[in-house]
Amino acid sequence: MLRTEEITLNMGPQHPSTHGVFHVVLKMDHEVITEARPICGYLHRGIEKLAEARTYTQFIPYTDRLDYLAAMLNNTGYVQAVEKLMEIEVPERAEYIRVICCELSRIASHLIAVGTYSVDIGGITGFMYCLRDRERIMDLFEMVCGSRLTLSYMRIGGVAEDLPDEFIPALCQFLDEMPSRLDEYDGLITGNEIFQARTKHVGLLDPGVAINYGISGPNLRASGVFWDLRKNRPYSVYDRFDFEVPLGKRGDCFDRFTCRIKEMRQSLKIIRQAVEQLPEGPVMAKVPKVLKPPAGDVYHEIEGAKGILGYYVVSDGSNKPYRIHVRRPSFINLGFLNELCKGWKIADVVAILGSLDIVLGEVDC
Amino acid sequence: MPGSSIPSTVIDGLKDKFPAIEVSENLTITVPEAELLSFMRELRDNPDYDFNFLTNLTAVDYPDNFTVIYNLVSFKYGYTLMAKVNLGKDEPAVSSLTSLWGSADWQEREVYDLFGIIFTGRHNLTRILLEDGFAGYPLRKDFQWVGGRE
Amino acid sequence: MVENIFVGFAEWLRSLLAAAGLPALFGDIVLMIVKVAGILAFIAISVLWIVYMERKMAAYFQARIGPNRVGPRGLLQTAADMGKLISKEIIIPRAADKIVFLLMPVLIFVPSLLLFAVVPFGKNMIAVDLNVGVFYFFAVASVSTIIFWAGGWASANKYALIGAMRAVAQMISYEVPMVLAILGVIMIVGSMKMSDIINAQQNVWFIFTQPVAFIIYVIAATAETNRTPFDLLEGESEIIAGPFIEYGGMGFAMWFLAEYANLILVSVLATTLFLGGWLAPFGLTFIPSWVWFLLKIYFMIWVFMWFRWTYPRIRVDQLMNFGWKVLVPLSLANIFVTGIGMFIYRAIGW
Repeated sequence: MLRTEEITLNMGPQHPSTHGVFHVVLKMDHEVITEARPICGYLHRGIEKLAEARTYTQFIPYTDRLDYLAAMLNNTGYVQAVEKLMEIEVPERAEYIRVICCELSRIASHLIAVGTYSVDIGGITGFMYCLRDRERIMDLFEMVCGSRLTLSYMRIGGVAEDLPDEFIPALCQFLDEMPSRLDEYDGLITGNEIFQARTKHVGLLDPGVAINYGISGPNLRASGVFWDLRKNRPYSVYDRFDFEVPLGKRGDCFDRFTCRIKEMRQSLKIIRQAVEQLPEGPVMAKVPKVLKPPAGDVYHEIEGAKGILGYYVVSDGSNKPYRIHVRRPSFINLGFLNELCKGWKIADVVAILGSLDIVLGEVDC
Repeated sequence: MPGSSIPSTVIDGLKDKFPAIEVSENLTITVPEAELLSFMRELRDNPDYDFNFLTNLTAVDYPDNFTVIYNLVSFKYGYTLMAKVNLGKDEPAVSSLTSLWGSADWQEREVYDLFGIIFTGRHNLTRILLEDGFAGYPLRKDFQWVGGRE
Repeated sequence: MVENIFVGFAEWLRSLLAAAGLPALFGDIVLMIVKVAGILAFIAISVLWIVYMERKMAAYFQARIGPNRVGPRGLLQTAADMGKLISKEIIIPRAADKIVFLLMPVLIFVPSLLLFAVVPFGKNMIAVDLNVGVFYFFAVASVSTIIFWAGGWASANKYALIGAMRAVAQMISYEVPMVLAILGVIMIVGSMKMSDIINAQQNVWFIFTQPVAFIIYVIAATAETNRTPFDLLEGESEIIAGPFIEYGGMGFAMWFLAEYANLILVSVLATTLFLGGWLAPFGLTFIPSWVWFLLKIYFMIWVFMWFRWTYPRIRVDQLMNFGWKVLVPLSLANIFVTGIGMFIYRAIGW
């Protein structure tokens, strides 16, 4: 028997498949991982500290920079938390617009997740197709608020502007075309033998362990746990829509991947219903010019694209938040990476990390 | 804006078991540091509560004390619960919950990193977001912030 | 006339030299130099063109346009890229083995160049028609494994080392089924000479009589050229670029171009062995034989590109399993069936 030696391999912070400046120190026996120590914080900007020197409204653009792939969801989570603190009633139309924008953001985020996962597994073509379709969502956002990535569209008490006239027809066209595009991904990526061989039964996540480690979002649902805040604890107007929560069976990388594709279909369904029900009316509640929430604290959670997105806001009665903490789903989902990677090969580390769908802006905050 | 969504009967039951806890009017439970671990274990293991999901763990630096906040969820009943532990300003330390919930691991490290609150009874309590040699704990209010807006 | 344009030129050159009163040996040497120059020009131009073709094809597969700025329809893009790469600084990592590190990107072209000697470009257009042509082809092609490995080793980088080790494991294990698959063809022909193999396909191409061998060959050839789904040694998303990770500028360009030279070579072999070489199908002999040959190798190149831009990457242990547990037994079975078939064929005496 030949004597083998463990090698330490620094994967990242500059590495194409760590989805940003993320660093994993891999200890490997040949290609088999014995330890994967994640190191994050390369993108830490101290957003929670910055919040303490900004007014409540000024903090909205900072939320965009957390999960920059689903900025609408971050905006919504934050403004809803402050609205809960101030007990502001949001106009009906604004709620519907929020739902439409949030679900578009979710689709955009999942498209990136699906596309980059295809690259992680080695097929670059899937990525281009996903980006092509995400571009249309970016165009829709541009119509709504003039911005494409960092949107800052939500306001405390409603949304910044009403929808422009050309938005709804463009959205309907997108809704009509998107299902066939999703079929295309299923054909190109999901249905591929090699893709399935690479992802099925890889990185198994037991439901009990997943709950214990606080893993949420599609990663948790892929393990077969029914926990989607839009259904279990409906916020905004989500209780008025008819949609399903896709669940996985095994909790492997393939399930996590397919859960996202299925969720996109459900999001399309929600948007379609929201467009049909969209009421007329104002899009902004009557809120004072200077926001001074009463002293106290509030914790509010929404179902983000990557998992449960929570905002903890503490007010001391002044116009600036005393403390804001963000429960970032990517950060908490990453906590289990070491256990998940043990015993798999270096190529599987990429597959597992990609299937968790992290975004480093959110991990490092 | 209640901190917890949980029936008052359940809260009363908890009060009987842990007389030291305080329940505020918005149903936020304040637990003495000494009882934290047994209180949390009861919440997790008692099938009447079944708080299996530690969703959020963070801290606030108030003028008089540090407060560590725990947000728990029960998937079975749909309850949510917000628990707080008040700690002194000098060398704040609290028992770690990593033995109960794995999700406490990274979140405790984050709180340690940014607040300098020590979590006892766990291993690998190291900085997670900041570099290892960083001086000070930035989310404390007395942290000297160069380049801020103040 | 067009058919014999190259052969005719060679004859004309030979007679010109003879008329000038020079000895025959001198004429041979001059002719050989001309052939080598011609082949080099062919490699250089085709590699540049294939890189462009690959990028354009990838773009079309991916709903993009691809290079379209430099020259008409972006045709000069590769030339511009090469110009850029040549002008770049050569960076040598401090820990690297300098000599090996610098030598390997140069050496990687040697096996490719050697192999072009036995490529039958058209009727009577083969530089050296060895009687062990196919054997020579495989023997020389295997050498490139060592060069990949040495390049990765010399870089003194862990990613390069992993990539280099994968290269050795992969290329050796895929050479076996590849050679075994081709044995079927050689058994039928009874010769390893390139021209004999092509001439044996006058009536029917071997792709029809040896379909299994063809499929095994194509799979193994994809692995040999390290292209997706078998691009493990590069492993873009895992080990970044494997053995090439530390190379920049011209060093990288050499590896890159050699990869495309190898792509041409495996396509050449597929064409020669299975697609009838330069033979014209359906009696379309008015198209010159060398045009047919080029058409066929470009078809094969297109197939390989199609694979690359459709499939994801297989994992290293799956690759080994597939090679040893599926392809090798399959190719052995192919030999067995071919042998029985030949025996019956002779016994019946058709």
